[in-house]
Formats: sequence, structure tokens, C-alpha cells
Amino acid sequence: MASTTHAEIADKRLLDGKDPERIKQEMLRDYPPKIARKRAKQIIINKVDKDKTVPEISSNVRTIPGLIGQRGCCYAGCKGVVLGPTRDIINITHGPIGCGFYSWLTRRNQTDASASPDGHNFMPYCFSTDMHEKEIVFGGEKKLKQAIQEAYDNFHPKAIAVFSTCPVGLIGDDVHAVSREMKEKLGINVFGFSCEGYKGVSQSAGHHIANNGIFTHVIGNDDTVREGEFKLNLLGEYNIGGDAFEIERIFEKCGITLVSTFSGNSSIDDFANAHTADLNLIMCHRSINYVAEMMEKKFGVPWIKVNFIGAQATAKSLRKIAQYFESPVLAEKVEAVIAEEMPDIEKELQLIRPRTMGKRAMMFVGGSRAHHYQELFTEMGMETLSAGYEFGHRDDYEGRRVLPDIKVDADSRNIEELDISPDPDRFRPRKSPEELKQLVEKGLTFSDYEGMMAEMKIGSMIIDDLTQHEADKLIETFKPDIFCAGIKEKYAVQKHGIPMKQLHSYDYGGPYAGFKGAINFYRDIERMVNSKIWGFLKAPWEKNPELSANYVFDE
Amino acid sequence: MNTAQKITSKNHTSTQNPCKLCSPLGASLVIKGIRGAVPLLHGSQGCSTYIRRYLISHFKEPIDIASSNFGEDTAIFGGGMNLKIALENIIAQYQPELIGVATTCLSETIGDDVNMFIHKFLKQRDGQTTPPIVHMPTPSYSGTHMTGFHRGALEIVKALVTEQAGKRSHSVNIFPGMLSAEDLRYLKEILADFGLIPMMLPDYSQTMDGTPWAEYQKIPAGGTSVNQIRDASSAAASLQMGRVLNAEAESAGKYLRKTFGIPCHELGLPIGIKETDRLFAALQEITGKEMPQKYIEERGRLVDAYIDGHKYVNGVKAALYGEEDLVVGLASFLSEIGIVPVICASGGESGNLAVKLSDVMDKNIIEKCKILEGMDFKSIESEVAACPPDIFIGNSKGYSITRRIDIPLVRVGFPVHDRIGGQRILHVGYRGAQALFDRIANTVIEQRQDGSGIGYMYM
Repeated sequence: MASTTHAEIADKRLLDGKDPERIKQEMLRDYPPKIARKRAKQIIINKVDKDKTVPEISSNVRTIPGLIGQRGCCYAGCKGVVLGPTRDIINITHGPIGCGFYSWLTRRNQTDASASPDGHNFMPYCFSTDMHEKEIVFGGEKKLKQAIQEAYDNFHPKAIAVFSTCPVGLIGDDVHAVSREMKEKLGINVFGFSCEGYKGVSQSAGHHIANNGIFTHVIGNDDTVREGEFKLNLLGEYNIGGDAFEIERIFEKCGITLVSTFSGNSSIDDFANAHTADLNLIMCHRSINYVAEMMEKKFGVPWIKVNFIGAQATAKSLRKIAQYFESPVLAEKVEAVIAEEMPDIEKELQLIRPRTMGKRAMMFVGGSRAHHYQELFTEMGMETLSAGYEFGHRDDYEGRRVLPDIKVDADSRNIEELDISPDPDRFRPRKSPEELKQLVEKGLTFSDYEGMMAEMKIGSMIIDDLTQHEADKLIETFKPDIFCAGIKEKYAVQKHGIPMKQLHSYDYGGPYAGFKGAINFYRDIERMVNSKIWGFLKAPWEKNPELSANYVFDE
Repeated sequence: MNTAQKITSKNHTSTQNPCKLCSPLGASLVIKGIRGAVPLLHGSQGCSTYIRRYLISHFKEPIDIASSNFGEDTAIFGGGMNLKIALENIIAQYQPELIGVATTCLSETIGDDVNMFIHKFLKQRDGQTTPPIVHMPTPSYSGTHMTGFHRGALEIVKALVTEQAGKRSHSVNIFPGMLSAEDLRYLKEILADFGLIPMMLPDYSQTMDGTPWAEYQKIPAGGTSVNQIRDASSAAASLQMGRVLNAEAESAGKYLRKTFGIPCHELGLPIGIKETDRLFAALQEITGKEMPQKYIEERGRLVDAYIDGHKYVNGVKAALYGEEDLVVGLASFLSEIGIVPVICASGGESGNLAVKLSDVMDKNIIEKCKILEGMDFKSIESEVAACPPDIFIGNSKGYSITRRIDIPLVRVGFPVHDRIGGQRILHVGYRGAQALFDRIANTVIEQRQDGSGIGYMYM
């Protein structure tokens, strides 16, 4: 008996028939000892205890100079990710031209401008102060003021936001003072972000700075209480490929009122009003949990973690909402919607599963996507061998239970934590402590996220801030059936003969969220993993084994 | 001088929808055109990430650009240590044949002495194999991506070409400017047909438009080797393409002429017949060879096409925008075929665009042009409203305007990230002019066909 158990354990630790620990050592072997030691803490072979404890993974630490990685900068997280998808704020990049140019409608966030009465949509524009040498030497505040004035004169927006790039902090421009001055002068909301690229260790710092700014300058500016019995906000959904539209469709069908989304298909008016909702849902925990926590402290709005990627996950998330509102009417509606949507899902899965079953995936994206998309692959009968975040923190991997243990290093300490206290007039706990307790007893968890690792198989490789070298090693070793990351990785992966799916831009496909999105995803992935295109890699004349090497795909 | 209306200052201070990219991007592209080379951007990791994703979206190829990953403390105390670590790691991982260190606004603003850092690093490495490490000052706040591109080529030449090599009459240096991978391949074909061995800087024709990998390649194959560049002092001549570039006080071709006495043929980008004729004249002069039959025929077919298609394109008004030299090349070509470039715009601020345009266009045509220097798309759009063109010719960024005013956009140059094959667009030589001519004429024909209520199938 005992030996069987050992065998079972040993078997479980194998990953796709290979020893992950050995592969990890091989990956590290090519690094100098100091780097190997650092990376060893960021490459973890997964273990999950009965109480869901997982091993510690070093994350949200600096990338080693010279290692080619995936990460962007603080400005990218602040301007590009969190504020970029809001259609009616004019976002001015204060700095030289590159940063503004590179973040000019490149993330393919969608928006429905017809939903706003003024029809404002500034997302297709790039506004920059285009700093020259003169401003670097003599300061750029004057030019910034002028840029704000011009943006106002041309478009009369409701709000203007200013984003600092690297030189701004160094030359001492005070974007906040300029914003305050222009706010007073123009009578519209103008606010600045000190999101210089060198701050923090990744775009994650920018998310935090964006959260702080939007909370300080926008949330709570409009106390109008909208109609609707079940009012909530969706945080950390950025409407790539129309994901938010699909989630909105489902909410509407269920009779749920969406007050605001941060920040897919969003308007600043909705942000201003967000604190009147009765529940916050968190999709991307990493980029937006700060706003949820601050709203809870200041206004008494609780938050729960949800996931609308995957049909089962969508159904589960809807049920959580119904449970929270404790309304039989909503619960019934939610069940009816799930019952209506599921047959299409089942039908599609029956078609594609024979062709996707047992295929193996890897994904290295974002601060949530690498977790969420595993749901969809699981539904297709595919296994995730390895996954990791670009800019996640330990709580995104190991769950929020480790928050008290996370060491705050100098890079994170420099990102301001706002001190929030209950609003004297507007703090309104949505549930009494007894009600909350009852809900918890019924299985609803508040203010918690279990993280990615607890849901992954034992033996799978969790790699934080994946380097190009490690990606190559993974591909060579496992020859996965599909690899998911972003455009920077896409073509290198494809050169190896492995299909590659972009999970930032969806390769211009989508939506992949919700029920209809799941079907889109199944179909796209099935086509990719069964594509015949790879068969052309080997030319008819490449017959002599001495002369031609094998492509990864045909091994 | 011409009588064209030249506009050099926007009527707004900020920039809205820029018509230029930043300097380190150009330098990175030059480094990608050297065999076994790795670009390293000295600054925040965002610069390398943004530039990678931008180049990749056009070329659709893997592009590794390393970063020295500045943190907040680095920004305060300087980036010497980060640069050292980055160099060590790149050497260990890639065993590169060259590392190009391009600075960013961050390291330039804090005043990092990169040359000193490199010098110290090389001293510490004594005995260990170390590739050439070339510093390129490319702050984003000065100039455009073309500034970084040309500066990159100049710094490479200055750093590597240090000795007078023995003359080799078959060698020629070519500084082609920022062209497509297809353009570079075609230029090499032309030079080979003249029996010349080119030292092309940069040559990213293979590194940025390669084939699948049967075997893993840490650095994609292709590019001009360090030794080839070192031998630039042995060349019979240099070809430097770009009239605006040629007007600069310093350039790679001029440096080689001044330092090693290599004659430099200062050409325009060879777009259209006149500018291509000048290229072939230079090649004949260098080699003393007759024009190869192949190109006589290419030119002949092109002239024939100009005649056949004249009825479609004559009098069409176009708006051109992009890099200054690309605009000059396209304007030269368009004015040959009877298209009036009513707007010639660039984000570049060399101050030479109007002068160089007047060199390539007839007076009666340039009189009808508005020349916009140092402009953004907002300025272009307001000029478009004043004198509406029939077509736009330029990169993908013009799409927001053509969509609003509902006219066609013929995509050329960089970046083209809303169509496939941006790296394979052929602009140069007779063959490039042929391809452009057919595309532009067919765009005009299609517009007329679609605009007719009758539904002609015969145009």
C-alpha cells in the first residue's frame, strides 16, 4: 500500500512525463550563479496542500538588467492599462514623443461612444507635450499648461489627465500643481499622475498609482443614485476584443445594473458615481484591487473576486452575485440565464473536444489572465503545463492569505499607499456584520482571492517574470500545443513551429469573456492547435537527416 | 528656392497624433541590421518593451532588445552598475558579435557618462572575450526616430572603422536609410548584378524578415558582420541615400570620406525613375560597367506603365507624410507620373524638407504643394480640410484621417501595422516604382469604379 502511494506521489510530480525539477535546474544552469539563485525563487514547481497552502514564489521584484523579459513600465500600467480605455478623458502624456506614440490605441480596448450623451471618444487620439531639449533644460510646466489649454479648447472634454514620463520627475515638473491650476482655470476635472517609467519594478506600480489617482480625483464626485435593485461595479475588465460588451449583455439579461466598469467601455461619469453601487466585482485582481479596498473603507462597498473567463467560471460568478444580493428573484433569473446559455456551450464543446482533448498549453500574461484562461483550456480538456505572470505579486500567485507576510521592498515602498478612512456622510455598510457572517457561512468569500497556484496541478511549473531564455527552454522541452503570451513573444514562439495566441490583444479576435466569448475561444483555439500550416515548415527536399534538423512541431 | 507654401510651426504647442517616433527606435533598428548584434537601451525597461512591440507589430518577427532596467534609485544615483550587469548578462546569454548601447531620455537627462561606463567595463573584462560595445546617444527629446537611425549608423562606423584598409575595387559601402526588408534585398541584388560586394549598414533584410527556425537561433541569422563594417575603409565608394540626410553636417558616408577618403555618392532615396537613374549612374561610375540588361528592361517596362497609366493618375492630388527622406523620394516619384503632392508633411525637424523637395520637383508642381515640417497629424488634417487630396500615401497612422474624410490610404513606409507585409513593401528602384505605380493607379481606378453608379467592369 505504502509503495503505491509513493508511486502516486512520484507520478503526480511528473509534468507531461518529465521531471519539472530537473527542467528547472537545466533552465538555471545557463545563468551565472547569482542570477540563477534569484531566478530559482521565481521558478516554482507547484505543490498544493490540503488547506490550499502553496510554496512561496518570489515576484514583484526587479527584472535583472540584460535579461530579455516581458514587462513594461509604470507609465504603461497607469496610462496604457488603467486609464487608457476610458473614452471621455483626454489623456495627455507629459514627456518626449515616444511614450505617447507607443501607447496610442495599441491595446485594442473597445468602447461604445454612443453610450455617452456627448458621444466623446478620445481613445483614437494621442496627446503629448512632445518635450524637446528646451523643456528638459528649462522645465516643461509651461508647455504642459498650454497642452491642457489646447486640449480643452479643441474638444471641451469633461476631464483631462496628465501622465508623467521618465524625465518629468527628474527635471522637477510638478504635474499635480499644474493640474490643480488648470482645473481651477477651466472648471473641469484635471488631474495628474506621477507615473514615471522608472518607478516600481513593472507596470504594476502604474496600476497602483492610477488607482490612487482615480480614487482621489474622480470616485465619489457624483452621488446620484441610479435606479436598479442589484447595482454593482466591475473592476479590472478592460474590454479587450469586446469582453465587456458580452459581460454587459449577460448582466442585462439577469437584471443586474452595472454602475461602472474599471475601465473597459467606461466613462468618467460612471467612475464618479461608482461609490453608489452595492457590490464590487474584481476581475483583474492585480491591477485594480486597490480601488476596491479603498471603496470599501471609505464608502462601505464590499468586494468579491469573480472571473468571467470560461463558461463555468461565468456561471459561478453570476451565482456568487445572486448569493450576495440574497434575492430569490435574482437567483432565479441567474439560473434561467445559465440554463439558457449552457446548451450552446455544451454543443460546441462536443464538437471541439475530440480535437482539443489532452492538448497542452502554457500561458504567461498579465496579472490575472494567466490564471483566468486556464478555465477555458480546462473546459476544452486541455492541460496547462506552465504559467506565470508578467507583473503579478505573491498574492496573485499564492492567494491573499500571504499578504501579511509579503516583504515590502524599496521599490514598492515608493508607491504611495493612501490612508483612507470612512467618509463621514457617505460611509454606508451594505451588509451588517451578521449578514456578512451568514453569507460567509453559506460559502461566499469576501475580500479574498485564492490566487493561481492553488488551482493548478501539482508539478506544474509556475514562472514569474519569464525571460526569453526560459520561454525557449520550455518550448524546446515540452513542445506545447499552444503558447499564450503577448506580441513580443508571438513571433519567436511561432518560429519554433508552435501556435501562439496573444492574450493581450486576442490576435484581433474576441470577445472571449462570458458565454458567447467562451465559444469564440474554443473555436479559435481548436483551429490553432489543429492547423495544417505547420506541415509546410519542412520542405520536400529536406529529407536527408544529416542535412536538416527537425522542427519542434514534427517531433 | 521654390514658391511652395512652407509651414514650419504648428498653430498649437502640444502634439496631437504625432507623425514621428522616438530616437532609440531608429538606433535599435540599425543594431538589428548588424550580424549577431544585440541592442541595449540604457534606461527604463518600458522603452525597450514599447520599441520591441512597435517594431514587432510592423515586421512580425522576434526582436530582442535588452534594457538596463532603471529603478528609482538608478534614476537618482546613475545607471553605471545597471549597465555593467546588463552587458555581462547579454554577453553570457547571447555571445553577441556587437552590443549597441542606445541611451534614452532618462539616462540622458540624468547625464550618465555611458562612454566612461563602457570604458571601465572593457578594462574590467581584460582577457575575456568581449564584443565591440558601441554607444549611441539617442535621447527621445531631440529629433525623431530618423535622428536615432542615422546617429546609430554613424556611431557604428566611427567605432568600428578605425584603420585604413587596402583598397578593394569591388567593395562598396551603402547607407540605405530606413527602408523595408524587401527594399534592402533588392538593393543588394542590384549591387550584386554590378559585381559589387556591399557593406550595407544597416542590413536587416534577413534579421527582420526571416524564415522559420529549423534550429533555435538566439539571434536571428543575417545582417552585416562587424568585420565587413571594419573593412568599410577599403571600399571603392560609399552610397548614401537620403537628400535630407545628406544635408546633415555629419553622417556615416561623410565620416568615411573625411577620414579615409572614400568617395561618397550622395543620393536620394531611389524612389521613381529620376532618383533610381541617379543610383544606377553612380553604380556605373563606380564600376565602369554597362547597365545590366535586366535593369534596362525593368526601366523600360516602368516607362511603358507610366504611359499606359497616365490617364488614370494624371492630376490626382495626394497627401504624403512620414520620414522626411521618404517624403522627398515619394514626391520625386509622384511628380514624374503626374500626381500632385498637394501636402508633403513630416514630423522631422531638420529644416531641410522644403529645400530638398524643391530639388526633386518641377516648379509648376511644387507651387501647388504645402510643405509641413515638424508637424503632427492634427496639422495635416487642418491642411487637408483647406485643400482636400484624393489619396493619402504614408504609414498606418494616417488612417484616422482617411477614415474621417473617406479617401483611400496607400500604405508605405513605417509603421504599417494594420496590413500584412509592411516589411515586404517594395519602394525603391525601378521595380519598387513599378509596384508603387500599380498600387496607386489601381487605388485611383478602384475609387472611380466604386464611385460610379453604373458598375463598370471595364475601366
